[in-house]
Amino acid sequence: MSLLSIENIHTYYGNIHALKGVSLNVEKGEIVTLIGANGAGKTTTLRTISGLLKPREGKVTFNGEDLAKYKSHEVIYKGICMVPEGRGIFARLTVTENLEMGAYSRTDKTEIQNNMEKAFTIFPRLKERRTQVAGTLSGGEQQMLAMGRALMSNPNVLLLDEPSMGLAPVLVELIFDTIQDINKSGTTILLVEQNALMALGIASRGYVLQTGQIVLSDSAENLKKNPTVQKAYLGME
Amino acid sequence: MSTQNQFNWKKAIQLGAIAGIVGILIALVGMVETFDKRDIVAGAISMGWTMLLLTVLVAGYFSASHQTSNLFRLSASGITGLIFSLIMSLLALLVENFDLRQTLVNASPQLIRILTFENGIPNGLISLIAITTIFGILGGVLYVTPSKIRKAISLGLSIVVLLGLLEDIIQVTLAGLGGASSALAWMFGRGAQSGLSITGAIVVFVVVTASNLLWDVNAPKINSQVEKMPANRQRSLRVLGYGLIILVVLYLPTLLGLYLTEVVNVTGLFILMGLGLNIVVGFAGLLDLGYVAFYAIGAYAVGVLTTLSGELSTSLGWNFWLALPVCIFLCVMAGVVLGIPVLNMRGDYLAIVTLGFGEIIRILALSDFLKPHIGGSQGIVNIPAPEFLGVLLNKPQTLYYLIVAGCILALFISQRLRDSRLGRSWKAMREDEDVAQAMGINLVATKLLAFATGAAFSGLSGTILAVKLGTIYPHSFALLISINVLSLIIVGGMGSIPGVFVGGLLLAGMPELLREFAEYRLLIYGALLVVMMQVRPEGFWPEETHKRELHENEHIPAQEATS
Repeated sequence: MSLLSIENIHTYYGNIHALKGVSLNVEKGEIVTLIGANGAGKTTTLRTISGLLKPREGKVTFNGEDLAKYKSHEVIYKGICMVPEGRGIFARLTVTENLEMGAYSRTDKTEIQNNMEKAFTIFPRLKERRTQVAGTLSGGEQQMLAMGRALMSNPNVLLLDEPSMGLAPVLVELIFDTIQDINKSGTTILLVEQNALMALGIASRGYVLQTGQIVLSDSAENLKKNPTVQKAYLGME
Repeated sequence: MSTQNQFNWKKAIQLGAIAGIVGILIALVGMVETFDKRDIVAGAISMGWTMLLLTVLVAGYFSASHQTSNLFRLSASGITGLIFSLIMSLLALLVENFDLRQTLVNASPQLIRILTFENGIPNGLISLIAITTIFGILGGVLYVTPSKIRKAISLGLSIVVLLGLLEDIIQVTLAGLGGASSALAWMFGRGAQSGLSITGAIVVFVVVTASNLLWDVNAPKINSQVEKMPANRQRSLRVLGYGLIILVVLYLPTLLGLYLTEVVNVTGLFILMGLGLNIVVGFAGLLDLGYVAFYAIGAYAVGVLTTLSGELSTSLGWNFWLALPVCIFLCVMAGVVLGIPVLNMRGDYLAIVTLGFGEIIRILALSDFLKPHIGGSQGIVNIPAPEFLGVLLNKPQTLYYLIVAGCILALFISQRLRDSRLGRSWKAMREDEDVAQAMGINLVATKLLAFATGAAFSGLSGTILAVKLGTIYPHSFALLISINVLSLIIVGGMGSIPGVFVGGLLLAGMPELLREFAEYRLLIYGALLVVMMQVRPEGFWPEETHKRELHENEHIPAQEATS
C-alpha cells in the first residue's frame, strides 16, 4: 500500500474543471516529482492533497485513510505538510516566530526545540537571521525558511510547490541538495516543479501533468530519456 | 550623472509651491483666523501662525534633504521658504485688492491683518516674507544638525506648543494645587487663552531640550548601572516604579478636577474600544468598519436590563453588576453572529460587509419595529448609575475608576492574548490565511475568537457609556465612531498595545481638550492620516517587528543578488 495515493480526482475552480481524473502514488521514503507546464494543474493537485481544495470526485488516501473527512487545518496532524508556491512565509513575523508557527500542530516543547535545532542545522543561514523579520530575507532565504517551517511539524510527507521559483541557479542547486538530505533523513517528498531537469535529477519517479490529466508516469531515468518529455520540458530537440 | 553635484532647483521650488498651497488652504478654510485667537506664546505667536510656520519649517526640512551639500541644503530651504512667503504675500494682495468673500468666506480683512502682522500691505508683507523665509532656512538648519540634537529640539518645540495650547487647562489644574499655582503662574501669560509667557516658553524649551539631550547621553549609562544592581534592588526599583504609576492613576481624578477627568473618561472609553479593535484589525488583520455595532449592543443591553423608566415593555431594573456579564455575553454572541457570514471574506469585501452590519444595528435601534423594546429615536432614559461598595458611580471622578478598571482588564487580556498560542495564530492568519491553515490553524475558530474578543471589549465600553450618560440614543452610535477607533489604531500603530493609548490620547483626548477647533476636527484627522501614512506608516508607537520591517532594511548588510 502506498503512503499517499490519489485516485482519479476531479477538482474544480467554480465551473472550471482543473483536474480531470488525476491519479498518482507516493511510496514511503521516495522523492516523486510532478512536472508540467504552467496551468497544467500541479499546484491544484497539491492544494487538493492538503485539503485547501475539495475534489468533487475521487479520493486522497494517506496511510490507507481517506482524507476527505478532514478539514484543511487537520491534514497537518496526519503528517502531511505543504510548502506553498511563492513560499508563503509570514512576512511580518521573525524567522523564529515563523518556525514556531510551523510547529503549531505540535505541543511537546522539547520536540519543538529539537526540530528548531534541526532546522537550524539544515539551514545555518536561518540561525544567523533568526531575529530578523521574514519579509526582509532574500528569496533564497525565504525558501529555506518555508522549508524549515514545514519541517517543524515533523511531517511524513512534504509537499513542495516550485521550490526553485525565482531563485538563482546556485541557490536552486543548494535547495535541491537540501531536499535530498531531508529525504535521506526519512521524509517522503512530493515535488512539483517546472524545472523538470533538476526535479528528475533527484526524484526516483515522475509524473507528467498536462491540462489536468496525467499523460506519462515512469521512473525518473526513463522520463529523462523520453523524447516527448525531452522536447516539451527539457528543452532538447 | 551630473545631478550628483547640481543644485536640485526642481525639488526646492516644488516643495515651496506645495507648502504655499497648504498655507493657502490653511488660511482660506479659516484656520489661521480661528486659531489666531489662541496664543501659544503670549503676545508673540498665535496658534494660527504656528501652523503656517510649521508648514514652511517642514517644507524647508524636506527641501534640504534633496540636496547634496550643506550649502546647497541651506540655500534650497531658503528658496523653498521664499517661494512659500511669496505665495502667501500673493494671497494677501489678492484678498486686499479683490473681494473674494462671495465664494471664499474666510478671505477677509482680518486674514490680511494677521498675515501682515497688522502693519498693512507694503510694510507687513516685508516682515511676512522675511519671517517665513527665515523659518524655511531654519527647517534646513534642522536638517543639517545631528539627529540627536534635532530630536531634542523638535521635542522641545512640540512641548512648548502643547503647553501653550493647553494653557488654560493647566492653569485651572494648577490652581487647585494651591502654592504651586503662584510659583508657576509666571510661566503663563495673563488672561484667558494667552498661552505661555515669553520667558515661560524659553524656559520650557530649554529645559525640555536640555533634559532630552542629557537623557540621550546618559541613558545607556543609567541602564547599565541599573542592570549591574543586585536582583533584589532591581526588583524593588521596579516595584517602586509600578507603585508610583498606581498612585498617580488612583490620585488622578482628584488632581485633574471635574472637566479633565471627564476628558480622561471619554479617552478611556475610546482606548477600551481601541484595544478591542486592535485585536480584530491589528492582530488578526480583519478590517472591521462596523465596530460601533458592539458598542451599541453593549449600551442598549445594559439600558434595557437596568433602566428604571417604565416606558419600555421589557425594562427589568436589574443591578448593573448583574447585567454586565449578560451584556458582554450578548456582545460576544453578536461578534460570532457577525463573524459567521464573513468567514470567507477578506480585505475590502470584509470592510464593506461589516460597515453594513454597523449601520443595520443603528437603523434597528432607530426603527419603529423595536421601539417598544428599546425606545426608537427617543432611546432609553433613566439608566441608573452603578453602585460599588456603597459608592454611587455617577460623577466623572468616580466613573473614572470603573473605566480605568475596564482598561486595565482589557490591557491585561490583550497582552496575554498577544503572547499566547491564539495570538500567534491571529498574526499568522493576518499574514497568509492559506499557509496558516496548512500549518494547522483552524481559521473558523480563530476568526470567530477575534471577532468575539473585540466585541466583548467594545461591549464593555458601551455598557460603561450607557451608565455614564444615563441615557442612550441611536445617534450616539454613528459610523464615525468606528472610523475614529480605526484611525486611533492606525495612528498609534497597528497591532501595538501602547499604540492604542497613544492614538487614544491624540485622537480622542486632544479633540476633547481643543473643543473650539471642533469644526476642523475631521480636516485635521484626514491630514494627519495622510501624513502618517506617508512619513510614519507604522504609527507613533509601533509593534516592534512592524517597525523593523519598515525601517531596518537600511541596516541589513547587502544581500546576495538573487533576492
